[in-house]
Amino acid sequence: MVSHLTKRFGERTAFEDVSFTVAHGEVFGFLGPNGAGKTTTVRTLGTLIGPTSGSAVVAGIPLSEANGGEIRQLISIMPENPGLYLRLTVQENLELFADLYGVRHPGDRIGATLGTVGLAARAGDLCGRLSKGLRQRVGLARALLSDPVVMFLDEPTSGLDPVASREVHDLIASLRQRGVTVFLTTHRLEEAERLCDRVAILNTRLLAVGRPEQLRTQLFRSSLVVETAAPLPTPEAVFTPEMGVDTWTLDGDATYVLTVADPRMAAPNVTRALVAAGADVMSIAVSRHSLEDVYLELVDEDPEARP
Amino acid sequence: MIGLDGRRVAAVARKEIREYRRTPFIVGAMLVLPFVFLINPAIVIFLLSAAIKPAVVAREVGSTFLVLLIVPAVIPASIAAYSVVGERDQGTLEPLLTTPVRRGEILIGKALAPLIPSVGIAYLLFALVVILAHFFAKNPAVAPTLSDGSHILAQALFAPLLAVWSIGVGTAISARSSDVRVAQQLGTLASLPPLAVTALVSFQVVPLGVWTAVGFGLGLLVIDIAMWRVVAALFDRERLITGSRAVRTTRVGPGDSVGPGGVRRIRA
Repeated sequence: MVSHLTKRFGERTAFEDVSFTVAHGEVFGFLGPNGAGKTTTVRTLGTLIGPTSGSAVVAGIPLSEANGGEIRQLISIMPENPGLYLRLTVQENLELFADLYGVRHPGDRIGATLGTVGLAARAGDLCGRLSKGLRQRVGLARALLSDPVVMFLDEPTSGLDPVASREVHDLIASLRQRGVTVFLTTHRLEEAERLCDRVAILNTRLLAVGRPEQLRTQLFRSSLVVETAAPLPTPEAVFTPEMGVDTWTLDGDATYVLTVADPRMAAPNVTRALVAAGADVMSIAVSRHSLEDVYLELVDEDPEARP
Repeated sequence: MIGLDGRRVAAVARKEIREYRRTPFIVGAMLVLPFVFLINPAIVIFLLSAAIKPAVVAREVGSTFLVLLIVPAVIPASIAAYSVVGERDQGTLEPLLTTPVRRGEILIGKALAPLIPSVGIAYLLFALVVILAHFFAKNPAVAPTLSDGSHILAQALFAPLLAVWSIGVGTAISARSSDVRVAQQLGTLASLPPLAVTALVSFQVVPLGVWTAVGFGLGLLVIDIAMWRVVAALFDRERLITGSRAVRTTRVGPGDSVGPGGVRRIRA
């Protein structure tokens, strides 16, 4: 739980008055433009830096300098750059972190995590000789070593090809099934939409928190997109409030975007009205806004985002 | 220190040593530099003729003794100066600091890694010079002067104490620096001042005896402790990550946070 958390560096505000709660076992997306304060928030919750004001409870422990060690024992953070020791082998990198976390039976645990990320055969390779995608996987293995309660993943698929990204997505999905709380910072909105139970959109201040579907419903009215073979002679006579249509606009020669309160009720009515008007209907579809639309709507209207 | 975990200290030290072993520059510097330092003074004392008076022999042995102490002072300085800024440079510092490892555990682990080989090399060189002097020095006073008890005691005390200073000052500079090369140059320079103390003994400004060695050793110990207190204060997680320390102004209690299933539009 994060409550009114603020971090300032002198006159500069990294983030301010941020409040949200993440449930146990939830995959929580943290979105925002560059410089929005996402990484600083993760560093603050990860006890790397102290908040200027506000409070938080991380993995059930109040965030404070005194509790830093205890919190760090229960969480793991994977930064965007995995930060591996390039002159050490994969095994040696993981041995170091297993010792720092006090992992019991480190050999077995390292073998298991390498198996989870598909790197069991590369344990003896120097990290400096691995591709970026493989290094990212070693970073994930390292984050999994201590069997954390909360994982902070900062852009875990940055620079990965689609296949490697999908593997990371599958891994995050499996973490959810194991009850690990995942705090996912990402620029990839489709990734957040696919993986996250809820998302928060940050731009120094928190702009919105909720499930992607809820944010869509809240920000955008439902709409139908109607395409006919030819322009309607009198569309105002077809798209009426009686049909459940609030407003309509022409989008191209014979495509109409209708704002409706309830697409399930309006779509059959509009279809019948179009047929009655003698129109040749090519398609009627419910327009679905993506999380990207939500994001752009929130960030674009935010004065902080304007140059 | 209380509350330190030996496994973590050993893990940090092991990691550092593994990295040294795979860095030819560090291995080369540790192996070659000591011998380069030693060649000239060793030749001078070995070639002192038998007719030269013991007072002159003692002075020349003193200068060799000083050179032997440069090794533990200078070699670990540049390594220690790389230790923090180097990690920051290659992006490994942040992952390291996200673990439960304590500040003292990182510092001791990082200090042990250059301390052990540097002091080991210094002792080895001293032993080598004494042995060679017994067999090859022309002047019969050279070997007994070198292997005098107070010289051995001084070498045994000063070498680790100078190395500890040098590692401390190198680590302090490294923790505050953003440039690896600048840190290494400053670290090497800053390792030299305590040698002035040992130079007083080497050049016989203060005659070397057991109690002088112990007294100077205690003096070095005091400045080492003071230096490491400064290092510990500088080695702050937030400072290392952001370059500044946290200033916490207010603490607000739990407020209107949003529940797991809820949606809140924070600002319209």
